[in-house]
Amino acid sequence: MFDDFFIRALVAGIGIAFVAGPLGCFVVWRRLSYFGDTLAHSALLGVTIAYSLEFNIAVSIFLISSVIALILIQLQRKTNLPSDALLGLLAHSSLAVGLVVIGFLTFIRFDIMGLLFGDILAVNKKDLFTIWIGAALILLVLRLIWKPLFASTVNYELAQAEGLNPDRAKAVFTILLAAIIAISIKLVGVLLITGMLIIPTAMARNLSDNPQKMVIYSIIGGLLSVFIGLFSSLEFNTPSGPSIIAAALVLFIISLLKIKQTIQLKN
Amino acid sequence: MSMGNNILVKLNNVGFRQNQKWLVKGVSLQVEKAKIVTLIGPNGSGKSTTAKIALGLLKNIEGEVEKFTNKIGYVPQKISIDWTLPLRVRDFMLLTDKLKEDTMEEALSLTGVVDLKDKSLGNLSGGEFQRVLLARAISKKPELLVLDEPVQGVDFTGEIALYELIKEISEKLNCGILLISHDLHTVMSATDYVVCLNGHVCCSGSPKEVAKNNEYKALFGEQAAQTLSIYEHKHDHIHTSDGDIKKN
Repeated sequence: MFDDFFIRALVAGIGIAFVAGPLGCFVVWRRLSYFGDTLAHSALLGVTIAYSLEFNIAVSIFLISSVIALILIQLQRKTNLPSDALLGLLAHSSLAVGLVVIGFLTFIRFDIMGLLFGDILAVNKKDLFTIWIGAALILLVLRLIWKPLFASTVNYELAQAEGLNPDRAKAVFTILLAAIIAISIKLVGVLLITGMLIIPTAMARNLSDNPQKMVIYSIIGGLLSVFIGLFSSLEFNTPSGPSIIAAALVLFIISLLKIKQTIQLKN
Repeated sequence: MSMGNNILVKLNNVGFRQNQKWLVKGVSLQVEKAKIVTLIGPNGSGKSTTAKIALGLLKNIEGEVEKFTNKIGYVPQKISIDWTLPLRVRDFMLLTDKLKEDTMEEALSLTGVVDLKDKSLGNLSGGEFQRVLLARAISKKPELLVLDEPVQGVDFTGEIALYELIKEISEKLNCGILLISHDLHTVMSATDYVVCLNGHVCCSGSPKEVAKNNEYKALFGEQAAQTLSIYEHKHDHIHTSDGDIKKN
């Protein structure tokens, strides 16, 4: 059944939605959306390195994103620049360097549009394997660090005072972000991965009054976005990434109606 | 103070410096089981910093902290919770420990907010939130409680009830308490040992001893001294701008 490219894209998208929901919640709660962007932009560099060294793409992206995250932490410690400036610096320079390197690799044919915005035709059986194994591992690790990560998201000092290890949880979480970017680049593309993380989550925030609900709703939102996005991508021949994100946006707008209702009820 | 095996946390001559300025320096104290140690002192005297040192929240401290327990409950002075995170009282109660439903309800009843357990944390008043914070800290039956102004924003009658509750918890759970408070009246009556801070330990001892101390009087004024007893003495040192202390 995986012989059909559309089924492959769908199965890939479902796997990614399951991970993007919970990780996206933490990205929103911890205000890390620009951080996610930076990691995603650096992924392009990872792709070029994978091509030039004939190395596994997902592993290469994962390694480069992790290195960029480490560089960021060092720069935060050693410079007086604010975090958003450092994030912008890393995001755009790694994107630029990635594109320049592509320019040099004239002997390889790159589908730049596909890298930036995702390409459902590009998802092969091996990618499905990477996505589902990767997704399972990410969820497993997230489950293990959930308590310290969540507690320190609510309040760092409480978590630390009461014997949890917030710093370790934060470091592991950064690695998980690099991992989801690595597995979802083919479907959503470099420029839109953060959208996959935060738009279904933003929708879920409008509908939930507790964290568990928010995680579940953001998974559902992600799944719906993947279904609607991929079907319209097929129907209207649009790139897969933007179609999925546009679908998520529509869901978000619908969720705003619910907020309006709640406010009216309160008055 | 007493038997060594009852000690929960011990601070040996600790200090903390930030931007070349000592926030607190030369503090030694210990908290024992079933005892309440209260830190008093004016704003900026290093009370919260001392509590954070005891909890191990600050890096690069001077001196030494010996901790003999990991079962700790903490009520911080300031807590900022980001409301992008939807959180009910019950979610907050389960933050650092799993609790049974009845344990959670029991703790919330003790601080008088059990009816709020399904409410969103963002909708609570300051006093209600403070009661939830206290309930959360005691619900896990800790051996050491660190309470940094735990009753701020609570109404007057509630304040007295909560201080009574704190004393009761200390006895019932055999739990040591490090308490920070501005409320001299209530605190002095419920405390076993008082440490008066002003960047360093000005004086310490039982509430009665401290009340007799000149520096306590210098810090809190005549009236505060009279609430307990009348005494006299004079300052033997001055505070320099870098937080250092010079003898006269």
